[in-house]
Amino acid sequence: MLRIEELSYEIKGHRVLKDVSLQVRKGEVVALLGANGAGKSTLMRLISGELKPSSGNITLLDKRIDKYDNKRLAQGRAMLSQQHAISMAYTVKELVVMGRYPHFQSSPSLKDWKIVQETMDICGVTDFADRIYLSLSGGEQQRVQLARVLSQLWDNPDALLLLDEPISALDLHYQQKVLSIAKNLSRQGFMVLVILHDINMASLYADRIIMLKNGRKWLDGTPNEVLNNKNIYTIFSVESSISLDNHSLKPHIFFKEMQIEPPFFNSSLQTPAPAEDSWSANHTQI
Amino acid sequence: MVLKQRIILVVLFITMVITAIIALGLGAFNIPINEVFNALTDKIGFSQNATADEMYADVLFAIRMPRVLLGMLVGAALGISGAAIQGIFRNPLSEPGLIGISAGASLFAVLIIAFETLLFVGLSELLGYYLLAFGAFVGAGLTAFVVYQLSKKDGRPNITTMLLAGIAINALAGALTGLMTYMATEQQLRTITFWMLGSLGGATWENLRAIFPFILLPLISLPFFGKALNAFSLGEEQAALLGINTDYTKRWVVLFSTLAVGASVAVSGIIGFIGLLVPHTVRLLGGVDYKYVLTGSMLLGAMILTLADVLSRTLVAPIELPIGVITALLGTPVFLYILIKENK
Repeated sequence: MLRIEELSYEIKGHRVLKDVSLQVRKGEVVALLGANGAGKSTLMRLISGELKPSSGNITLLDKRIDKYDNKRLAQGRAMLSQQHAISMAYTVKELVVMGRYPHFQSSPSLKDWKIVQETMDICGVTDFADRIYLSLSGGEQQRVQLARVLSQLWDNPDALLLLDEPISALDLHYQQKVLSIAKNLSRQGFMVLVILHDINMASLYADRIIMLKNGRKWLDGTPNEVLNNKNIYTIFSVESSISLDNHSLKPHIFFKEMQIEPPFFNSSLQTPAPAEDSWSANHTQI
Repeated sequence: MVLKQRIILVVLFITMVITAIIALGLGAFNIPINEVFNALTDKIGFSQNATADEMYADVLFAIRMPRVLLGMLVGAALGISGAAIQGIFRNPLSEPGLIGISAGASLFAVLIIAFETLLFVGLSELLGYYLLAFGAFVGAGLTAFVVYQLSKKDGRPNITTMLLAGIAINALAGALTGLMTYMATEQQLRTITFWMLGSLGGATWENLRAIFPFILLPLISLPFFGKALNAFSLGEEQAALLGINTDYTKRWVVLFSTLAVGASVAVSGIIGFIGLLVPHTVRLLGGVDYKYVLTGSMLLGAMILTLADVLSRTLVAPIELPIGVITALLGTPVFLYILIKENK
């Protein structure tokens, strides 16, 4: 189990994360939702070890993550980040093999190659295994990175998989596929924590949803418990209506169109006038 | 490492050895290739019927061989440290020369030359020839440290700041070295010029011995960082998530590279472009996997510098061109070609 206790993170006197406690159990997909700047990515980076918490504890399988040996931890925890800054011309296969680095000393074993092949197959990147990563489209690059991250944990069902907006660059098919892979891996014991912006996807694939607001944990529960129009308005300031999907019995959210009059955001349009008038006025001046 | 990369490494090794043997024969005084072989087999006790001409053997062992060996060592050191520094900074443009490490090394060496009789008398007696090598190494290390610290933004090296810091340090070192030339005596001036343009002319068995351990250590150790540097290409955070000890990697790779560059500059002055071009060429030949690029850059660096040295000795023989001039003259067009090709 991943257990987070009263975790806080402060940067330059500004508290980005405030006393957040949560758990991700084995076999569970937990979606992390919240507005921009709510602290989702910071929480993810604290769990991944990239940032050090100001206070609080993170334990993985009953052991504090800072007590783990680097390599041992890498065999049981992986993260797919939002941004990938690669400047060298690696091939797709070379990158996916890097996921196996915590498992071999100098060169990959047959088992490592088998895992690399499987993860490339499931992520649909086998066809361009020998192409240069930098020449691929954004969505394809994201799938390559996912294959790499999956290959890191493939043979360890006790592992923690952290996904930071894994589907934002993907087409509809792969959005579903990636979340389906995550969910089905969790059924084998994996712990999955995923940041999502698509609330309907979260409803469909997550076992539990945690909503953050202003650095605090606001809500924590199953999709049916937390997804209602009041909560969604509290977190995202958008109006919605909810209906229960007959097939999945999960809530489905419909958003209402947001209306903002131009004078509210564009001061040069102070007095809205009919379009035809302003057009003729401009042209008579010329 | 894939089969193709292994084959390239074997081919590079064989070509390097052949280049070295040819280089042993060429110069202001040419030694026929069969005499080179005779002398070599004589030396290691495999002499058959023919015995080597004594004059040829003398030139070969006293002058040519230390020079070729020094060229190979320095070339290998510059090549591999160029590749390693590029790996740490995650940028194919960050070469020890470009970010000021070589300039820092030469500045300290020039300072020691200029002030040796004034300030470093005790040290000079104690360390002898090692003083210069030590000074160059300290200069290289300090520069690497300063550039790295200056370029850090939110805990990560920022490439733009790093290159700008390199430019600043190059300019400062240039200015101070220029100042030294005003204060220097005739003899010191000649030594300083030698430092600025680079030359293998000072090759003797003695200084070869002096730098050998400093270069051998990085040459043996750096290839072991191939896996870690590959992981670094994903970003420092991902490298850490893959179980790589990033602080350890940064510390040792920069230290070993600085050691190699410092020792090279100490005996041969600033030889530009090798650290930039060699890894680039190795990547173009067989890919970017650092497990291959590090060893490949070592072999190709040794080969190219040996070749450049042959040119510097033979183009306008008996006068020697500074080797830094040759590498820059050959390197610039190749570098521009790479830039244009990458932009397309």
